[in-house]
Amino acid sequence: MIDFELTPEQQEGIKAAHDAAKELFRPISRYYDEHEHESPQELIDNIWKRRSEGLFDLGMDATAALRIEELCWGDAGLFLCIPGPALGGAAVFSSGTQEQMQRFLGGFNEGEPKWGAMAMTEPGCGSDTAAISATAVRDGDEWVLNGEKIFVTMGKRALEDSDGFVVVWATVDKSAGRAGMKSFVVPAGTPGMRVEKLEKKLGIKASDTVTIIFDNCRIPFENILGSPEVRKTETKGFRGAMATFDATRPIIAAQALGVGRAALDFVKETLENEGIKIRYGTPRQQLTALERDIIEMEANYKAAKLLTLRALWMMSQLQPNSLESSMAKAKAGLAVTKITQKAVEIMGPLGYSRKYLLEKWMRDAKINDIFEGTGQINMLVTARRILNYSRDQLK
Amino acid sequence: MISFSPTEEQQMIVAMVKQFASDEMRKIYRECDESGEIPDSLIDTAWKMGLTSSSMPEEYGGSGGEHSAITGSLISEELAWGDLSMAMHILCPALFVYPVLEMGTETQRKKYLPLVCDEKYKAATAALIEPRFGFDPYSLSTIAQPDGNEYVLNGEKCYVPLAAEADLLLVYARENGSSQGFIIEKGTKGLEVGEREKNMGIKALATYELSLKKCRVPKENRLGGQKGCDFSRIMNCSRVALSAMATGVAKAAFEYSRDYAKERVAFGEPIASRQAIAFMLAEMAIEIDATRLMTWEAAWKLDRKEEATEEASLVKAYADDMVIMVTDRAVQILGGHGYVREHPVELWLRNGRGFVTFDGMAIV
Repeated sequence: MIDFELTPEQQEGIKAAHDAAKELFRPISRYYDEHEHESPQELIDNIWKRRSEGLFDLGMDATAALRIEELCWGDAGLFLCIPGPALGGAAVFSSGTQEQMQRFLGGFNEGEPKWGAMAMTEPGCGSDTAAISATAVRDGDEWVLNGEKIFVTMGKRALEDSDGFVVVWATVDKSAGRAGMKSFVVPAGTPGMRVEKLEKKLGIKASDTVTIIFDNCRIPFENILGSPEVRKTETKGFRGAMATFDATRPIIAAQALGVGRAALDFVKETLENEGIKIRYGTPRQQLTALERDIIEMEANYKAAKLLTLRALWMMSQLQPNSLESSMAKAKAGLAVTKITQKAVEIMGPLGYSRKYLLEKWMRDAKINDIFEGTGQINMLVTARRILNYSRDQLK
Repeated sequence: MISFSPTEEQQMIVAMVKQFASDEMRKIYRECDESGEIPDSLIDTAWKMGLTSSSMPEEYGGSGGEHSAITGSLISEELAWGDLSMAMHILCPALFVYPVLEMGTETQRKKYLPLVCDEKYKAATAALIEPRFGFDPYSLSTIAQPDGNEYVLNGEKCYVPLAAEADLLLVYARENGSSQGFIIEKGTKGLEVGEREKNMGIKALATYELSLKKCRVPKENRLGGQKGCDFSRIMNCSRVALSAMATGVAKAAFEYSRDYAKERVAFGEPIASRQAIAFMLAEMAIEIDATRLMTWEAAWKLDRKEEATEEASLVKAYADDMVIMVTDRAVQILGGHGYVREHPVELWLRNGRGFVTFDGMAIV
């Protein structure tokens, strides 16, 4: 049955996340935007203390998306600082064995706060993951990793500031192309791995984005996710990466939605205070340009949200959702980029000023149209799927 | 609990309607658009599926199914995928009976609901739109003035589907500041059906102008009696129906242009293998899906009898833009071939452009 009713648990989860966003994130949002790379230690300690409440145990289903939206409504950069396996966890989850899940994710709620990260992008390749040049060579009971990874979200926290891990994509056989692509879990503190270059960014400044160098970095053989075999006809490792995206793309979309709604809420509140009402249901030719803008922004937000929830719902129904995940991510990334930019325009001098958070949201929003696959890559995936084309047929 | 899966029963209905749309409607829609006529046999076949009567209570001769805006949306999308003119024709009696079913007095329900439970299709319709710039359903120029035991209606209407053949019309007029419905039977003095309209699209659907000149209607013919009707709800049900139909039209155009792009070779490759074309198609697919989901959400609210003006008007505005974007691109993807009437995309573009205008011409 087609249904949009939230369960009582979902409603509670949303409310709790919203309250946390309002109380914990919003008051320090500007500070950590202006003090890039400074650690929001108090916040992290606070979250860590409260972890038994389950508030920040997020997961990757529709419920998680609804809560993530609320948290990112608070602050998308601080959201990324929440301890947890994050994208690294998603990779382990979608292509690891039960034993690996236990080994890598089991201890995440104990001891000191930990973070997970995922390293795919290289200086020479982004979304063209098949061009990855980092290598993994087997040496007895170990893999030896070499290469350079950039734009690793929360890589510093995962590897330098905590006892976390990073999932690294590397090729075990360059001649095999995508079939040779495998992912490996590298725990913090592994010799031969070092974090370099903390990126200075446009937005989400509370999160860190780093370069990681692997220089004869040795990890146990059993840290490979999925099968170590390379069959040229099979691209299982690569499909593992893609399966990770099926799960993470709608989650990024949910993060985007939170930022977009923050901007929308701010604009609507301001209009309300000014006594301006949006006349829903009024014929188009009678609407003001402002009303048209707001209606368009709201409709686009809603469109993106429903696409996101559908992609995650399909995943929880164990239905293939690559197409729908990419659709959600492409739509949400772009919609929210436009919504926040329009909001700045509408708010005029209030929009551009750092006195308010709106200009920050515009900067924060943009990343959602870029990471976990740019809008264009997601359009490409969508196009291939609807055309039933291979990557050779549609480049 | 969030779910995007129609019930088994809904899936069966959708499959049946889709079959009909592709076997019957798609065979003759071009011919019908050119001639302006839809064969009675097609309408009768559609009528026998019981799409409207199935949601009428048994006591009025229906099959007692639940009236559902979600089911209505699913049906509307499939029919409109087949052909918009035919879809509007087939579902036209609903314009009259759904408001009576939901908001009519017991007397009105008893008198009028059995009408659509007949085996034979009988036209009934509704008149809302008025031929003037700045038309606003909430501020109608057609006026209903109480006079003793009657109302006197004066005004002009247009885009009234099947007005000439309909035995019953639900005419919306302004009464004491609000929009109310008035049931008018064919032949009532002062009700004048004008010439058939000539429109850019939906050419196979017969629409008419209507004049009300001192047209006297008994007081008991006011929809909902003394209580009147919930006009906003009627509008919202219409917005949802039209959004669903826009989705259907867009889907037809998307599928056709996608298939064409895969076959049409230029510079040694199908044009679909170029990003300029492929990305257009991807965006079309995304926006169609988004509109459908928003339609479902608004319909879901209507089924729960909740206030849905915000959802319904958001999705309608979105659907209006979406369908024109998609049908225009479909024409664009076919290039010169899209512009000639050998291909259907120009028809879908003409039909798609109408949704901003079609207030109250379909209902779930």
